[in-house]
Amino acid sequence: MTLQNTTQAKANVGQMEARSVSALNQPRIAIKGLDFFYGSNRALKGITLNLPEKQVTGMIGPSGCGKSTLLRVLNRMYDLYPGQRAEGEVMMDGENVIAPGVDLNQLRSRIGMVFQKPTPFPMSIYENIAFGVKLHEKLSKSQMDERVEWSLSRAALWGEVKDRLNSSAMGLSGGQQQRLCIARTIATRPEVILLDEPTSALDPISTLKIEELIDELKHEFTIAIVTHNMQQAARCADQVAFFYIGELIEVGTATQMFTAPREKRTQEYITGRFG
Amino acid sequence: MSQTAVVHPQRRPSFSPGDAIFAGAVRIAGILVLVILSAIIISLFVGGLPAFRAFGAGFLTDTDWDPVKQIFGAAVPIYGTLITAVLAIVLAVPLAFGTAFYLTELAPNWFRRPIGTAVELLAAVPSIIYGMWGFFVIVPIMGNYVQPFFIDTLGDIPVIGALFQGPPFGTGILTSALILAIMILPFIAATMRDVFLTVPPVFKEAAYGVGCTTWEVMRSIVLPYTRVSVVGGIMLGLGRALGETMAVTFVIGNTNRISTSLFGPGNTIASIVALEFPESPAGSLKLSSLLALGFLLFVISFIVLAISRLLLRTKVKS
Repeated sequence: MTLQNTTQAKANVGQMEARSVSALNQPRIAIKGLDFFYGSNRALKGITLNLPEKQVTGMIGPSGCGKSTLLRVLNRMYDLYPGQRAEGEVMMDGENVIAPGVDLNQLRSRIGMVFQKPTPFPMSIYENIAFGVKLHEKLSKSQMDERVEWSLSRAALWGEVKDRLNSSAMGLSGGQQQRLCIARTIATRPEVILLDEPTSALDPISTLKIEELIDELKHEFTIAIVTHNMQQAARCADQVAFFYIGELIEVGTATQMFTAPREKRTQEYITGRFG
Repeated sequence: MSQTAVVHPQRRPSFSPGDAIFAGAVRIAGILVLVILSAIIISLFVGGLPAFRAFGAGFLTDTDWDPVKQIFGAAVPIYGTLITAVLAIVLAVPLAFGTAFYLTELAPNWFRRPIGTAVELLAAVPSIIYGMWGFFVIVPIMGNYVQPFFIDTLGDIPVIGALFQGPPFGTGILTSALILAIMILPFIAATMRDVFLTVPPVFKEAAYGVGCTTWEVMRSIVLPYTRVSVVGGIMLGLGRALGETMAVTFVIGNTNRISTSLFGPGNTIASIVALEFPESPAGSLKLSSLLALGFLLFVISFIVLAISRLLLRTKVKS
């Protein structure tokens, strides 16, 4: 009784605060019947999920439930490790990206990824951005300068680093490093951006900056974000997917998921009863 | 109401004579290493002092080694030591890098262990075996095929041709460098493999994530990240190559001459000491010169080791 009332109250609040998201766009990536194995251990079980174009999909769930694994399937990062394999369909532009014979370097330039910990490369700030671009495009010096400025501006970092582009990226603060990684990811103009708990190692102010950034970036990119922070999922995501022990329990618009989850486990998780 | 009294146990005193004896013993063991090291340096220096007195700084630049006239110079063995060691590094580093690269990035899992073990076994082969094998297998191959081929093809080219001239004896500077390269290869390869493995996977994933190939990840991430340690590992290999005695003595030709040709014979500090020592009477100037050579080898090795330590330490700090 009480629980239902609470939920109902939350629903009302949610509707008032609801972002103008009622409909989800066409899928940019369509995952169908995806299984993933670490050796003989099945870590993802028959996942079917669409990532809507130019919208943010938030992936939530307790640790070890397969969220990060799913991201690593999308850009085939698991290919680096023997014994890991995926089965099923991950369709992007009519192509199954987990099929053999896919050009991995090209795929990864189209699907950028930002990790939990900032991972600046051991080179200058400028080189960090130019590095990925140079792999796939031939740009003149001025075009490259432009691209570096564009990416750093989009990542809300330009103002802070424009006077020291040639100094080492290792000297930036954690929050700056993470924005640098985002800048580096968008510099190659990917179509999809995967964010694996991008703010879990950051302070609240840096977190806020990155959330604002995600809001900006979704006008141009399709985004998937793994997060343990319910508020973050509510603030950033258009679509939310709840995972539990390798299964996709429920998926819906952020409003629906946080106000009227259909599954009991979803409700328990987002209200902090377990996980 | 009476409270139950807490009974404090009788505690053992933390100091006992046994501890003091043990502490003293390990302290002596530690100090002993220092003492032995200094004793070696001092006795080499003292033993070499007559030679240093007799020839002065000229000892380092004189190319003569004439027991009849009692003139001894260190220039040829020093040159031979440095040139064989450096050539060995030039030959070994690309191979070692290839081995480490393959082991850490490309080899399938089931194949890593056999190769890794082989690298370790290669390091465990005694140097006398490398010497014999070099003499009976590598020297004939060099003399019958490799050296004639280079003498015929490159020997007539001006300037660099000088490096590839002379009779193809099979022995010589290049053959020694080749044997040394094989001997130090496992050390360099193992160090490189170990430091490549210290690169956090997330950095490599980030580089793969922007679409790098394996080679681009190696060149732009792994190598810059491990640069200092890799150089340190190479210096360790160099240190070994400088002091290697038996294998080199077998194949270098043992002639006190600086030859422009890579196929020419020569000697190294270690080889000349090994060969001449038994023929040097106690108290002779020759023996003193050999001890002085030993001291110089010690100094050279020490410098190389110090540089490698310095490089490896800066890595750990940063």
